Amino acid sequence: MPWVPHGISNGKLTTGWPKKPDDYFDDFPAAIEVAAPWNLTDDARAAAWQCPTSAIQVTAVGISLDRGRCILCRRCTLIAPGTFTVSHGSDTSRIGRDALIVGDVKEEHEALTMLRDSIAERVRHLGRSVHIRHVDAGSDGSDEWEVQALLNPVYDIHRLGIFITPSPRHADILLVTGIGTEGMREPLVRTRDGMPDPVVVIAVGADAASGGLIGGGYTGGVGIEPVLDVDVWVPGAPATPFSILHGILLALGRVPAGPREEHR
Amino acid sequence: MTRRPYESPDSWHDALLAAVASGARFAGLYSTADGPGARLIALLDAGERFDTVEVPITPDPTGRMSYPSLSPQLPPAFWYERALHDLSGLTPVGHPRLDPLLLPLTPGSARPEPGGNNHHARIAADTDTQGPVDVTGHGLFTLTFGPVRSGVFESIEFLLETPGEDIPHLNIRPHFKHRGVAKRFEGRRPDDGVLVAERVEGIASVAHALAFSHAVEAAAGIVPPPRAQYLRVVLAELERIANHLDVAMRLCDAAGLAVATSRFGWHKETTMRIMSHLTGSRFGRTAVVPGGVRLGLTVPDEALLGELKTLHKRVSDDARRTMGTPSFLDRLRGTGPLDADYAARWALVGPIGRASGHRVDDRWDHSYDGYGHLSLPGSPATDEDGDARARLRVRWSEIDLAFKLINAATAAFTMQSDPRLILEEPWQAASGLSIGVAEAPQGEVLYAVSFQDGQIARCFARSPALHNLVAFHDAFRTDIFTDFPFIEASFGLSYAGVAM
Repeated sequence: MPWVPHGISNGKLTTGWPKKPDDYFDDFPAAIEVAAPWNLTDDARAAAWQCPTSAIQVTAVGISLDRGRCILCRRCTLIAPGTFTVSHGSDTSRIGRDALIVGDVKEEHEALTMLRDSIAERVRHLGRSVHIRHVDAGSDGSDEWEVQALLNPVYDIHRLGIFITPSPRHADILLVTGIGTEGMREPLVRTRDGMPDPVVVIAVGADAASGGLIGGGYTGGVGIEPVLDVDVWVPGAPATPFSILHGILLALGRVPAGPREEHR
Repeated sequence: MTRRPYESPDSWHDALLAAVASGARFAGLYSTADGPGARLIALLDAGERFDTVEVPITPDPTGRMSYPSLSPQLPPAFWYERALHDLSGLTPVGHPRLDPLLLPLTPGSARPEPGGNNHHARIAADTDTQGPVDVTGHGLFTLTFGPVRSGVFESIEFLLETPGEDIPHLNIRPHFKHRGVAKRFEGRRPDDGVLVAERVEGIASVAHALAFSHAVEAAAGIVPPPRAQYLRVVLAELERIANHLDVAMRLCDAAGLAVATSRFGWHKETTMRIMSHLTGSRFGRTAVVPGGVRLGLTVPDEALLGELKTLHKRVSDDARRTMGTPSFLDRLRGTGPLDADYAARWALVGPIGRASGHRVDDRWDHSYDGYGHLSLPGSPATDEDGDARARLRVRWSEIDLAFKLINAATAAFTMQSDPRLILEEPWQAASGLSIGVAEAPQGEVLYAVSFQDGQIARCFARSPALHNLVAFHDAFRTDIFTDFPFIEASFGLSYAGVAM
């Protein structure tokens, strides 16, 4: 069977993102937004109370939502549709854990600037040859599908000079999924230690950021931060391939940091 | 469901073996904390319904709980007994190998005791000990795969004992990613429990949400509205297509068939995007809820049906090309064989069982949701060869059927005059034990859920992976190192569902 001509029979399948916009990137309902952070209604309080991962905080003055805990069950958008809305767009990854919290929050400029500078310094020499080592630290299995999807012809990260490597010795970025179980603590630390410095660590998914819904039981698993210093956080349950790619390019300084300027 | 309680472990043991000998299918075994002791519950598929065979286990004066092991006579109990020993502390006397499976503990540690009220007990795991060595001899050594795998895979450890090429024996250690899922169900309401169920095996979220919801609905005595039932079929079959394409992709990748790998990766991406257009999640999460489906959802519209039609054509065409590529088939033919006797003795489920002639498929055997009203073929796809190629052939047939079922269910959905998608509460899951099943792409998902005052008191989530992966030990009779990725891919199991 002639596979090679068949392989080009459907033309180019690969997204133009980040150079060109991509509808699937822009339209994907990848996060929850606090549309009215100062509107302290009973509905908003009920939504906070019923959030299965306690991602919503209601204080005397405002409402905030931690996307690192949010598992996108959408319950809050049904209970308090005026306060919580589904937000579209896959550019959800952030530098610094606190940047995942949206709504009524104070910006911490100084620490964030230092972290940004530190990451920029570490990736300065990487250029267009970036190698990623992935470790599953106790996922539900879906996160691995989404990381692996980056290799399919639709995302094709090789075009961006990004590669997934089996060897920690070749790796520049450590991409971690899962809640950080007791059993994966040592293997994770050993993988990190096997990587040559400098290293950038990316936590992928709500599980890796906070333990999500499953973490926090007797195996610990409240995310990977107790084990590793994380630089870039990708929320999502699981994080989509576009969000993961956004996180990788954010670490490399190849997409702009910070919240989006415009809302669709 | 019929509950069959026994007084003594011995009579329980004998009755269970007698039931299996007379044709009931062994579907699982678990323990739940019960006062100072425990309760052992075996799950049997008795054809028309599921039966539980139960016995209370009381601690002896030293606090030890034991019962006569089933594994010597009933092979598929092998891993279940190790798992319940880890979690609940029961000792199956006469078990051939009581090594830790899910949770190695430091001596003297408390145990999680699912179903019990020890949410704050300190569990001290000892996860970093070396694995066992079983085969010794001239030039034999152990090659360790994992827990961190080469490539983007879930963490698990395979210990291959080998003289260099053959694999006379291997051990599997899934405990590294044990998340303690069983305890995470307890004390939650059904609408939170279904979110946990979706995460037992993330790549089969829909099937787990279905099985859990079926258990809730049985306990509450409710039937979801017709539209919800048909939409559930659409989502479950989309999930099946994505999972089977993932297996095809991994097999092609193992064979170095680059174009085919890319194309199946593309088809899988297309399938997951259709799922996300329907549900907002690429895995169909939060779509299935007890009582029906989430409000606001609907079946594929004309445009998506058109996309599905194109996708069906492309997948069929690429499947035909793949099955006509000799260099690919050479790697699958005769690889990882499991014969019909073995499949029946180990009660294997899913495409692994069906490819070895063991015909178990809950869409036929315990029909649920819309499946009973759609025209299914007389029996599920099966094969006699029992090798990696047979497993792939079964999956191609199932993909083909899945596309047809999506079309039929969509048509049936729009014919319904009842617009409801969910039965709103007030309904409540009655206290007691309830069973729910669904056929995941990997095989039967079986939930045994105990409710107390409308909350989950104990939930045993029996994934197809926990039931089937044990057969991986025996799939290397004639195979060598380079067959490993083919056999692993042809099993197509999620290790999250094993380690739990």
